[in-house]
Amino acid sequence: MLELKKVAVSGTLESSDVQIVLEPNPGKGIQIDLESDVKLQFGDSILETVKKTLKKMEVEDAVVRINDKGAIDCTIVARLQTAVCRAAGIRYDWNKEALNASR
Amino acid sequence: MTCNAVGREIPEKIGQYECRPFAGAFATQPSGKPVVSKRTMKLVKPGDSKLLPTLKDAIKAAGLKDGMTISFHHCFREGDMIIGQVLTAIRELGIKGLRFAPSAVINIKNPSIVDFVKDGTIDRIEASGIRGQLGDAVLDGLMDTPVILRPHGARPRAIEAGELQIDVAFIGASSADDEGNATGLVGPNACGSMGYAFVDSRCARQVVVITDNLVDYPCVPASITQSYVDWVVRVDQIGDSEKIGKGAARVTKNPRDLLIAERAAKVIAASRLFKEGYSFQTGAGAISIACTNFLANETAEAGIKASFSLGGCTAAIIDMFKRGLLRTVQCSQSFDAVAARAIAEDPNIVEIDNEVYSNMYNKGCMANRLNFGILGALEVDTDFNVNILTGSSGEMMGGLGGGPDVAAGADVSIVTIPVVRGRTPSIVDKVFTVCTPGESVAVVVTEAGIALNPKHRFYKELKEDLEKTTLKLVSIEDLHKIAIGITGVPKPIETTDKIACIVEFRDGTVIDVIRQIKK
Amino acid sequence: MPAAKQHLFRTSLYASGASPVNMQQAVFYNEDCIVYDMEDSVPQSEKDAARFMIYNMLREHRPLEKHVQIRVNGLYTPYFAEDMQAAVLCRPDAIRVPKVESAEEVHKICARLDELEKAYGVEQGSIKIWCLIESHIGVLNAREIAGASERVEALVLGAEDFTASMHATRTKPGWEVFYARNMVLMGCRAEGKACIDVVFSDINDLEGLKEDARMTKTMGFDGKTTIHPRQVDTVNAMLTPTQKEIRYAMRVLDAIREGEKNNKGAVSLDGNMLDVPVMLRARNVMALAKAAGLKIEGDYYDM
Repeated sequence: MLELKKVAVSGTLESSDVQIVLEPNPGKGIQIDLESDVKLQFGDSILETVKKTLKKMEVEDAVVRINDKGAIDCTIVARLQTAVCRAAGIRYDWNKEALNASR
Repeated sequence: MTCNAVGREIPEKIGQYECRPFAGAFATQPSGKPVVSKRTMKLVKPGDSKLLPTLKDAIKAAGLKDGMTISFHHCFREGDMIIGQVLTAIRELGIKGLRFAPSAVINIKNPSIVDFVKDGTIDRIEASGIRGQLGDAVLDGLMDTPVILRPHGARPRAIEAGELQIDVAFIGASSADDEGNATGLVGPNACGSMGYAFVDSRCARQVVVITDNLVDYPCVPASITQSYVDWVVRVDQIGDSEKIGKGAARVTKNPRDLLIAERAAKVIAASRLFKEGYSFQTGAGAISIACTNFLANETAEAGIKASFSLGGCTAAIIDMFKRGLLRTVQCSQSFDAVAARAIAEDPNIVEIDNEVYSNMYNKGCMANRLNFGILGALEVDTDFNVNILTGSSGEMMGGLGGGPDVAAGADVSIVTIPVVRGRTPSIVDKVFTVCTPGESVAVVVTEAGIALNPKHRFYKELKEDLEKTTLKLVSIEDLHKIAIGITGVPKPIETTDKIACIVEFRDGTVIDVIRQIKK
Repeated sequence: MPAAKQHLFRTSLYASGASPVNMQQAVFYNEDCIVYDMEDSVPQSEKDAARFMIYNMLREHRPLEKHVQIRVNGLYTPYFAEDMQAAVLCRPDAIRVPKVESAEEVHKICARLDELEKAYGVEQGSIKIWCLIESHIGVLNAREIAGASERVEALVLGAEDFTASMHATRTKPGWEVFYARNMVLMGCRAEGKACIDVVFSDINDLEGLKEDARMTKTMGFDGKTTIHPRQVDTVNAMLTPTQKEIRYAMRVLDAIREGEKNNKGAVSLDGNMLDVPVMLRARNVMALAKAAGLKIEGDYYDM
């Protein structure tokens, strides 16, 4: 399990971006707080994406506050990956990515 | 329930309203009956005075009672202060249950129309679009009677067909005299063409002219003539000078919008109809204005001159006129101060009645002579139907404007739209609300490519002309795939069965309905 | 001499790794090369974020018809190592490396690329390098940089930093970069590599851009970097063969074909000998025309 050590922010409030604030939540699981310009149409999809990404990065306890300005899926993933690394204080192991590459 | 010609389910009756389902852009004939007007003959003798001291006096003199219909024009755009003042006066007089029928979108915030509905002053609305707070409230079930939305050409039609009979028309004017000769062409708060007010002046039972600039008799020019006016009131302010007198509408700097605008101009320039004496309508959106500028350059390069531009007029169109590239400007509405003042300055820049521009049930409207029309849209679907009313979450955002009229009349109707806006796909499977039927739409121009409608009457010629260029032609299905590929598939918006708005086509048939959003 | 290129390099447009909307919209313009940027357009605090943005964006939404490039941070910055990892995983057509000054630096970069391609299962040698020449040392070493490796596909002259390194002032006529342009171009031609000209920074001056692009073409550059979408079409048009040039090239190729048919040793056209350089230039014009999607009658494209 990847432990989050501090609060971290990533992304911006620019159109088509998403700002994510990640907080440690020791022992209490994943708690997601979603604000989105497109909540009705994509709210469920965004929650799925966030849960899937956190699982892949082995984060089990976190408070995730999302302020979405219409970011597409890959942007949400990227901002979340950034926030996780910042909150956990780690450098991302890109070598692992190579094993997951879908080509 | 029947399925109309664009595949939408329309009930037989909605409350008291009997639905005639949309059957095709030119499929439905008028009744053949004489036009209806509530204007009566009147005797006005030398020495009689129409000038009243306050709005309340005029409302009383006009005999406004509970349940009647009142109307306003929208030529003062965001700067209008007349609607608010008149409704406040009406409320203070305790008059209730009125049908409110402005000529276009109402977006006034202070005072809010919602309050007038909530306190019972207004209980029915007929317009071309409703936005913001009012739009949200209507979709939330504010009104017992559904709002009726009509494109520009359908309003004079409905009035003359007797479907929308106006008891009191309140006509704001930039300048007026004490007999009611009135205009928007001159005055400190000149709004420009009053094209949307003419039908009200002819057909309402009582007409009240309101101005903050009372001039010596007679007012010249007289867009609205005294022979149609019952009462005149002078108020301190008819509008916010800042918002009315805004300079030339700003040209967009957004490179994506400029790309789309330039592409649309290239589509026009490639068409065989782009020759000496061609005609066009571009409209007021950011892309439209940019398109006018690109079109002017194409026209200059081709060494030709357009015969007329139609509809709403902007500084960009006046600029094209001044460059000698456009013979006349037929103006039903002025979108900025430059366009507003230009009419009084040149005999070839002309104020026209909205019904001359767009009404399909008169002896011929000018939209029929358009070669090219540029249309904005919120959504387009794979059948080329256009939605210019509701946004991605089902919220009321736009207004019908003259889109359906221009699309039906023009040889080459071009919808300019980005494939996505934020995370909202603009090219969809089925639009949330059909406003303009696909059969009227010839081309869709986006940053991702250009799609031609194989079912449009001009398809074969357009395809031939465009294949000679390097412009990228794709299918509408491909544009849809590109849009969804970027955003993902959105969850469909759920609605209840309650109908909040009826969307009429040019001929008064029902092209779609807007139901309440499920919470 | 290199064979006619598969890909056109007339225009390059940067898309900032710090801006999702910028990257999303950049794919719709007509630039030949799109450069996803991790360097100058990304603030220091966001270098990590940019890597994730570019990686995810290219995985899901890679533009199919463009030459895809990634500009990493410089060799001596703390970001270079991770930038390269993320970049190679994206499998771009090329990686742009800023501030290259010597062949030795190119060798270091190539060694890193060899390792990463192997580790990540990417076809060896498939990712090319575009070297940004941004200083006087870089200009002086242009030829050796161009020839330092097979991987080096192009040199790109960066005027702003170069002018600063020279204590010169950047002007529209551009005399202060004239020698540098020639020097870098000659180095590229000597080593058979492509060469990309400097940006024109006044985005509101389209006439000035046309003039500068005309210089780009006349001098023989393969392309020019643009800094705003509205510059793209103007530069593309300037660097695409004109109808006149195409017609001449067709006549040259016709004459050569005739000569071959009749077994003539030497061929001439309009009183000029059609030797190898002329023929190659004609073939190059047709290749450019073909790549630009121009429709031509006849089978000149296969000559």
